[in-house]
Amino acid sequence: MKQIKGINDFVVKFANVNGTGSASANHLFAKAIFRMGIPVSPRNIFPSNIQGLPTWYEVRVSSKGYLGRRGGVDLMVCVNPQTMADDVASVQPGGYFLYDNTKPLAQNLKRDDISYFGIPLTEMCMREFKAPRLQQLLKNVVYVGALAALLDIKFSILKDLLGDQFKGKEKLISPNVHALEMGYQFASENFKCPLPIRLEQGGNVAPHILESDHILMNGNTAAALGAIYGGATVAAWYPITPSTSVVDAFSQYAERMRIDAGTGKKNFAIIQAEDELAAMGMVIGAGWNGARAFTATSGPGLSLMSEFLGLAYFAEVPAVLIDVQRSGPSTGMPTRSQQSDILAAAYASHGDTKHVLLFPATPRECFDMTVQAFDLSEQLQTPIILMTDLDLGMNDWMSPPLEWDDSYQMDRGKVLDAKGLDEAENWGRYLDVDGDGICYRTLPGAHPDKGAFFTRGSSKNEMAVYSEKGEDYVQNVDRLLRKFETAKSYVPEPKTHPPIEVKKPKTKLKLGALFFGTSASPAYEAVEMLAPEGYPIDTMRIRAFPFHESLETFIHDHDMIFVIEQNRDGQMRQLIMNECHIAPDKLHSVLNYSGTPITARDIAAQIREALNTKGADVIALRPETA
Amino acid sequence: MSYIKPKFRHPKLPTNALGYTVADYDGSISTLCAGCGHDSISAAIRNACFLSSIQPHRIAKMSGIGCSSKTPTYFLGKSHGFNSVHGRMPSVATGASVANRDLTYIGISGDGDTASIGMGQFIHLIRRNVNMTYIVANNGCYGLTKGQDSATTDLGSISKIGFENPFDGIDLASLALLQGASFVGRSFSGDKDQLVPLIRAAMAHKGFAFIDVVSPCVTFANHAGASKSYSATRENIDPMPLDFVPMREEIRTQYDAGTSQAVTLHDGSVIHLHKASSDYAANDRQAALSEVQTANAEGKILTGLLYLDPDSQNLTHTLQLATRPLNELGKNELCPGSHVLNSINEGLR
Ligand SMILES: Cc1ncc(C[n+]2csc(CCOP(=O)(O)OP(=O)(O)O)c2C)c(N)n1
Ligand code: SF4
Ligand SMILES: [Mg+2]
Repeated sequence: MKQIKGINDFVVKFANVNGTGSASANHLFAKAIFRMGIPVSPRNIFPSNIQGLPTWYEVRVSSKGYLGRRGGVDLMVCVNPQTMADDVASVQPGGYFLYDNTKPLAQNLKRDDISYFGIPLTEMCMREFKAPRLQQLLKNVVYVGALAALLDIKFSILKDLLGDQFKGKEKLISPNVHALEMGYQFASENFKCPLPIRLEQGGNVAPHILESDHILMNGNTAAALGAIYGGATVAAWYPITPSTSVVDAFSQYAERMRIDAGTGKKNFAIIQAEDELAAMGMVIGAGWNGARAFTATSGPGLSLMSEFLGLAYFAEVPAVLIDVQRSGPSTGMPTRSQQSDILAAAYASHGDTKHVLLFPATPRECFDMTVQAFDLSEQLQTPIILMTDLDLGMNDWMSPPLEWDDSYQMDRGKVLDAKGLDEAENWGRYLDVDGDGICYRTLPGAHPDKGAFFTRGSSKNEMAVYSEKGEDYVQNVDRLLRKFETAKSYVPEPKTHPPIEVKKPKTKLKLGALFFGTSASPAYEAVEMLAPEGYPIDTMRIRAFPFHESLETFIHDHDMIFVIEQNRDGQMRQLIMNECHIAPDKLHSVLNYSGTPITARDIAAQIREALNTKGADVIALRPETA
Repeated sequence: MSYIKPKFRHPKLPTNALGYTVADYDGSISTLCAGCGHDSISAAIRNACFLSSIQPHRIAKMSGIGCSSKTPTYFLGKSHGFNSVHGRMPSVATGASVANRDLTYIGISGDGDTASIGMGQFIHLIRRNVNMTYIVANNGCYGLTKGQDSATTDLGSISKIGFENPFDGIDLASLALLQGASFVGRSFSGDKDQLVPLIRAAMAHKGFAFIDVVSPCVTFANHAGASKSYSATRENIDPMPLDFVPMREEIRTQYDAGTSQAVTLHDGSVIHLHKASSDYAANDRQAALSEVQTANAEGKILTGLLYLDPDSQNLTHTLQLATRPLNELGKNELCPGSHVLNSINEGLR
């Protein structure tokens, strides 16, 4: 049998039962690799359930620093008898299968193209530990110990991490270390260690990663910190996976960093609302009053918030919404990832409505863009929606450290205070004096005689007086469109990369790929896979809606564009078709909507197929527009 | 319809402690139907704010959607207002009040806006004890959508098109009492002697103050058989008069012992109530509930200050909010800076 080989390049997947403490052991494993300075990306693939159902944890190790999913499993660690058959089947030929052999493996689960490693996890723990809970929890730590031997993880790092994890609960350290050693010893004595797939500190790790001081953090925590640094004082929310941990983290940081030194009182308010309608209403009320406010939600919450989003758009009230997307429609797969709220968010609410969307791709961007969202919402006087997803929000990502420029000043946008009102001639709330569609707002209580107006979701004239005159209405909504144009120059620009040189290209077509958020990392990897095959593909990572002009240019400059995204209907492709002047046939969808994040191999395969079959010729023959 | 308001003002209009005349509390001219009860509520709010000498610009007017919710345009033109979406004013008001704890919030809603589409938010507003005055202009119908029955339409009330309502109406005052509202009043738009002091007391109360005001819809619910018409209300009303004596003002009126009760509010002002019966005490929730229910059963509309807890703690207290309004805080108070971020990075390695 030819075994899979590789240093610092493999995929390990753990099959567990949820509620058994496996996630923290698996995290220990991933974090140890991270501490060795080797790029790693762990993913928790969990059910919408509290205890007893199958759950998986996938750890990608990539010397080059690819953090998206690659596809395929090289080493499976299976401690869940319920899913064993599928788990055995999912291992690539030449791969490895580690399992609890307290009970012997069923005959039908034996494959002759993979290597098996049986460890009597249950038996060992029953023997060594008394408390039933420990017997269950430490099984997971035993296999981490075994993996340390099999893959060459530095044992001292694992011990350090346990020390960090149980700071304050020192009693737990020694049984955990013991469990690690049991696994390590068992593997060393019974198997040939290390395996052909293994880790090596330094080794072939890309120099730019070796030189950096990366952190390991999830997007939700990063966004929460962004809200702290961006000056948010009001958070209103309703619990929903996968967004809940945004507000949890905000609350933890705020309790530490936002307590008034003199009085011990709070410089923030967090309200768990009765539903998402109320959460959005509270954010709007606070924003109207001049406080920076946000909510975090996911698909079902976004649906409920849409009437209020329309109000904030039309009445021009700042608000920040963090949408951690999960799979829909309806309840869908609540604990699985997708990028499927794009259209619902862009056009949330009835009537002619458009919202500014930001698409972070890394925890660092979750942080930066959340800060920016607060500035944008006040500059543009409109809701800003940060579009992340479960994969980015809840999983740990290796990321450059968060950075803060102490000279940052909050940009509160065009707000007239009492002095400003006294100086202003002929102030009108909806007078576009600067021609950019953004008018001057006033806050309640600012001036005894000036600047009061009635904020409303109904039609009004420039002086904020109710009006059903067609001209007033048209003038107002046209100005809102002008403001949306202005937004293009405020939002983050898309990112491009230097073109990839290919010696003997197999196609004359100029190929391009568009993607955003968590599709980016596997997309870059796929592009690098395809280059040596003769397909040079230029890339552009979209970071905001409204789209920057360079997006249209990019599309015009290429013959065939792959739009890579994680939903069924190609929502980003539709949004581009809707908003840009381009021939739809040019945009070819590359999709995954299974709920588990898209893989580089899948993207590459879809692009190959499109190029080899119908795609290339047909599209090349089509006349170009403009 | 839109009117141009005459600018002329009598030079000798009386002024309040701040030097404002009642005209300083005016809004634009109402576009409601002539005789609509809601206009009398607007007038009562204007008078209450004038008499209590509240700076107009320190008041924020909040509303939902409906004829009633339009009214904030028709009073306090120097105050900001927010006409939100149908049934959702409570959440907007909650957000506004935590963002700036220093303003006086007056919410105006309708029976449809509160008791139907907005019931969820209303209950939670009470539960959180948001510091505001919340008035429901209760006409027992949907005025703005042309007279459909609402959730407060009384059982057996006849609609304009002749249908008899087969459902029990929701009594918002009882509901507010049950849910723990810290101030519950009921009044009639036609009884300004009672309504004005009630609103003044509500504004002085530092917590959620609810006032259910029967406010007839002359166009869709003022005919014979409509239970919240002017004539039916006048016939069945059982008012408990009250006087509001602001802080530092002398108490001049004399009351018979046993039939009246004085309650002191947070800010030191006193409210004098004439009790419906001798065993009734305004700070006894059970007694209030039973009194209201008894009157309801007799087809009577008990009005006045039904319940008051002068010591209740509102949301700003529950959330332990800093004394300085959140919307005034800047980078120095809010942004922990790069050194803190660096140590956070350190913890993530
Ligand atoms: C979501 C939504 N549904 C329906 C409406 C239509 N609508 C406007 S006002 C109203 C009823 C208002 O009744 P009420 O609150 O009692 O106010 P009134 O007009 O009687 O003062 C309705 C149903 C709306 N504006 N929004
Ligand atoms: S329809 Fe009824 S509630 Fe509306 S303004 Fe006319 S009288 Fe008042
Ligand atoms: Mg009504």
